[in-house]
Amino acid sequence: MSDVRLDAVRKVYPGGVEAVKGVSLEIADGQFCVLVGPSGCGKSTLLRMVAGLETISGGTCAIDGKVVNEIEPAERDIAMVFQNYALYPHMSVYDNMAYGLRNRGTPKDEIDARVKEAARILEVEPFLARKPKALSGGQRQRVAMGRAIVRKPKVFLFDEPLSNLDAKLRIQMRVEIKKLQRALKTTSIYVTHDQLEAMTLADQLVVMNKGQVEQAGAPLDLYEKPQTIFVAGFIGAPPMNLVTVPEAGLPGLTLIERPAGPVVLGIRPEHLHEQPMGPDTLTVEIVVSAVEAVGAETYLYGALHGHGPELIVRVPGRATHAPGQRIRACAEASQLHFFNPQTGRRID
Amino acid sequence: MVERRRLIDVLPHLVLLIGIAIVAFPVYVAFVASTWDAATISNGQMPLRPGPHFLENYYRTIFIGTSSSTREPVGNMMLNSLIMALCIAIGKIAISLISAFAVVYFRFPFRMAAFWVIFMTLMLPVEVRIFPTYKIVADLNMLDTFAGLTIPLIASATATLLFRQFFMTVPDELVEASKIDGAGPMKFFFDTLVPLSITSVAAMFVVQFIYGWNQYLWPLLITTKDNMQTIVIGIKKMIVTQDALTEWQLAMATAILAMLPPVIVVVAMQKLFVKGLVETEK
Repeated sequence: MSDVRLDAVRKVYPGGVEAVKGVSLEIADGQFCVLVGPSGCGKSTLLRMVAGLETISGGTCAIDGKVVNEIEPAERDIAMVFQNYALYPHMSVYDNMAYGLRNRGTPKDEIDARVKEAARILEVEPFLARKPKALSGGQRQRVAMGRAIVRKPKVFLFDEPLSNLDAKLRIQMRVEIKKLQRALKTTSIYVTHDQLEAMTLADQLVVMNKGQVEQAGAPLDLYEKPQTIFVAGFIGAPPMNLVTVPEAGLPGLTLIERPAGPVVLGIRPEHLHEQPMGPDTLTVEIVVSAVEAVGAETYLYGALHGHGPELIVRVPGRATHAPGQRIRACAEASQLHFFNPQTGRRID
Repeated sequence: MVERRRLIDVLPHLVLLIGIAIVAFPVYVAFVASTWDAATISNGQMPLRPGPHFLENYYRTIFIGTSSSTREPVGNMMLNSLIMALCIAIGKIAISLISAFAVVYFRFPFRMAAFWVIFMTLMLPVEVRIFPTYKIVADLNMLDTFAGLTIPLIASATATLLFRQFFMTVPDELVEASKIDGAGPMKFFFDTLVPLSITSVAAMFVVQFIYGWNQYLWPLLITTKDNMQTIVIGIKKMIVTQDALTEWQLAMATAILAMLPPVIVVVAMQKLFVKGLVETEK
């Protein structure tokens, strides 16, 4: 068992800036937890507090049931993968991976076995004698992960490990990280600002904003039932359409069923259809202003009723729409999200 | 540009050649003088080609020395100079590395004050603080010792500054990775920081070795015994002005010998030296 439990963790920097405002989180043994949020939301600070690289200003952080607030990073039994890899430039790949073990006095033959094993898993065996400088970005990333896994720590911490890679490699490494984590069953905390990465990797997805947890749960739960306007807008690409609808309604927008009072209506671009498909409760009329064809699907951008709020509609395959065209799109009641415009919280 | 003008090609070379000639000619003359006998030089008709006394002159210089002025073979002076220059260069590098490490990586009270005090000593070279420094060395009974010769020259603001600038470019993540890998501060210093600074260390070594080798004023004050003379002082002493005859061929041989170690150091470390000044390997 090596769960991580955060209890009302706070970080206040000297000067009074509160980067993390009381985060409570439970990460079960073997779970892959992804912290996601815009830059400056405190997600990296939170991770660094778990690592012991930042002091904890308030609350407790417990790894494996033991409070680690005052424990040095080296004794927390964690391993971290950094965004810029942080490989020791003057050491060979082998030494990079062996360094942490040597410092802990691991016997030589065991170090050798573990490094070779990690190199085999990560397919960096041919590069063991090379210096990091002679490796490509993806290979460096693998070595950085190798350095983490040879230690067999209780918790892996990833700080935006893929953001320095190009798009194609990022997707490939994303899949590999997931596979590796499944195989090793090590509790992991992963920080990213890429919501797609977050959705695909997470067992538990934690959306953070302004130092607080907006919502935590299974990725699809967050997708299907965002609890706040922020989560609704953050999860999903292209983002959910969010329209403030006053009590009196909006021109070009027909809602059959709706909560009383002014609401923020959320509807994902993929849930808007051109053809009515049953008991639709929402109908919108849009004047198309831009057409984005990405191959498998096409995104139509347009303003409600020609001059209202901007909406995005996804249509499958190739679309024949042209800017200036007036279209009508519908959505079912189950796909609609309503939020309180004052509190930003979901109305069920 | 593919097309090149002849004149544009030739002119820079011409300027460089003239520059080299101006710098190298006196050295050549010194070398020529060191290969003739005293009589040829002093009658003012020394030819500009090497003479027949090369081996004889250099043998006498290195192993016997001038009889009246220095009373010491130049070989011994070179050894003194070498010890002094090495102690100064290595000492400066060691102290500067550690002080730069302290200033960059530790948060202690008056850290910036300490840095500025180090910085200000740039304005206090030996020549400025020579009397108090001499007094201290004399009171500590370090006159005519290598300790007295080198220790006051070891503190170096220049090297501290250079290493500080270099350390600031080392990514923070390396420190953090070391922390997680279980390396304490000194282990990080020796395992990561020093190996990364190796090119800067080499550059500093070249500069400081030459600085140490060329010291004149300080050894002149501190050393009184013949067997503690450095070569730079030796040259000066050989050139006697009154009464006696200056043995120019020996003085010139000494000058040539004094030039050799810095040249060797520069040539040997040239690659690292240039790398250390222009490139940061991270």
